[in-house]
Amino acid sequence: MNSFDWIVLLVTMVGIAAYGAWHTRHTDHLDTYLKGSNATRWGTIGISVMATQASAITFLSIPGQGFESGIGFVQNYFGLPLALIIVCAFFLPIYRKLGVYTAYEFLGQRFDAKTRLLGAGLFLLQRGLAAGVTIYAPAIILATVLGWRLDLTIIATGLLVIIYTVTGGSAAVSLTQKWQMGIIFGGMVIAFAVLLMKLPAGLGFSGAAHIAGAMGKLQAVDFSFAPDKRYTLWTGLIGGLFLSLSYFGTDQSQVQRYIGGAALREGRLGLMFNALLKIPMQFSILLLGALLFVFYQFQPAPVFYNRVEWQQHATGANAATFHGLEEKKAALHAVKQEKIRIWLDVRSRGDTVAETAARAAMLQAETATEAVRNEAKAALAAADPLAKTKDSDYVFIGFVLDYLPHGLIGLLVAVMIAAALGSKAGELNALGTTTTIDLWRQFRPLAAHDEARNVRAAKWFTAFWGIVAIAFALFAGFSENLIEAINIIGSIFYGVVLGIFLVAFFLKRVGGTAVFWAAIIAQTIIFAIYLLRHRFPNLDFSYLWYNLIGCTACVVMSLMIQAVLPRAENRVSNL
Amino acid sequence: MKAPPPDPAADDKFPGVPGFCTWRGVYFFVFAFFVLVVVLLALFSRWFA
Repeated sequence: MNSFDWIVLLVTMVGIAAYGAWHTRHTDHLDTYLKGSNATRWGTIGISVMATQASAITFLSIPGQGFESGIGFVQNYFGLPLALIIVCAFFLPIYRKLGVYTAYEFLGQRFDAKTRLLGAGLFLLQRGLAAGVTIYAPAIILATVLGWRLDLTIIATGLLVIIYTVTGGSAAVSLTQKWQMGIIFGGMVIAFAVLLMKLPAGLGFSGAAHIAGAMGKLQAVDFSFAPDKRYTLWTGLIGGLFLSLSYFGTDQSQVQRYIGGAALREGRLGLMFNALLKIPMQFSILLLGALLFVFYQFQPAPVFYNRVEWQQHATGANAATFHGLEEKKAALHAVKQEKIRIWLDVRSRGDTVAETAARAAMLQAETATEAVRNEAKAALAAADPLAKTKDSDYVFIGFVLDYLPHGLIGLLVAVMIAAALGSKAGELNALGTTTTIDLWRQFRPLAAHDEARNVRAAKWFTAFWGIVAIAFALFAGFSENLIEAINIIGSIFYGVVLGIFLVAFFLKRVGGTAVFWAAIIAQTIIFAIYLLRHRFPNLDFSYLWYNLIGCTACVVMSLMIQAVLPRAENRVSNL
Repeated sequence: MKAPPPDPAADDKFPGVPGFCTWRGVYFFVFAFFVLVVVLLALFSRWFA
């Protein structure tokens, strides 16, 4: 990055944060601080919902996922539109009708204080853990490739988001997310266009897509029922439905984005906007990764894409081994390029028999190249057991730094940081709000009527969670596969929380005591499955199923416990 | 004479989206669009396989 990139980066990031903080500095009403302006329209709500979900990892890891495994990850989002329809039809009208600040406040009104505390506690636990990952994930990648200090990157981005989120609350979060998403969309469209322009002459999008398809990178929908496959149509539809329903319907970081606004209509339209756009958006980002794979077939591709990590170990005693692997990869890469050109040539001539043979040769060359990459990863692990051997997160940022002109590099780094700030702000805002409304006010009921004191408490709690997230990111060691780490943490808790809410909405005869104990048992089952999955291979299935199991266990246990409870505990809810 | 203020509850009953009279219609459209996207993705995979 040169000084022009730094100017673009700092002006966009600090400018948006300062604008958000300045514009919302007089937010003194609790309603506006926690729910945002009551004049907010559906467009702002829709973008805010999207920005809260789309963290920096979306723009760093997902192109890498498309590069490495193809676009099949898009199936993870198949349950999302269906979940958003359910949230619009059932969840949102009740939240609006009751005028709650948090989703867990609804649990208090429907059940009792202990169930409300349980729901809020599970949210604070899982979101507090995820908050550390969302700040750490982009920081580790940007710090590695740009040579920044990791601790300063975490602290700088963390403090920036704390300042405007504490100052303006929900109003500042929505306002800044709108501008941040503008930068993100603009930057990604430009990166896509530059990538297409840099493909070999005459190849174009269609030719590149055919190469990606022939190499197995464009298998978007997998209809198989194999339970060991992580992403299929069925895991996406069923597991994804439960994950999305829980995330959008019961996670305060999302609920807070749409319960405010001018009317119920605005929240509904904002969610429908996401239901329409989310799958095409994720598909585009994955496709960018698949096209990057094609791009690197015609360029000198590194043996390992986290070049900083590679260089750290490629000297001294291991120099000969690492150098040998680089040369082996370069030779096989040249062979593969030739095989691809032959395949393109016979394909254009329409010779089906020769095309089949050429494709087999091309795939064989790809397998040989991948084998060397795996050898390289094994050599890294042998040289240093703590070395990071997953490099797909570094593919897109490496392309940005190597092939984009100055100015655009600054803009694309701004895209990553904007995404980090946008999702982080939504999380901090929700953590602060839940702590204030569901914990602090529960234990200080007399303070509930003092609006100014409530706003002050919400600001302090928001800052507190921001500092916790920074500390967690600074001192915790995280799994390398960051996007999956967040989804796994979510899936462990989300199913049970969703079960509590489904009982609340649809099983009017079940009371607080039954659902409380059912949730405790269901959560214990999920923890047991997660912890014992390596010991019992039957339990080692896709984490998306945790959502379904946790939710079903909670609902079924609630009905069973309610059936055996004394008559006094049986009541029919009016909500 | 001043016009009465708009009733938010009445506004909520209608989506106010051109071409749609009810929320059920909006949901059906979103669902149909989702099905179309999945079909197009399957065709895309098949076309470039």
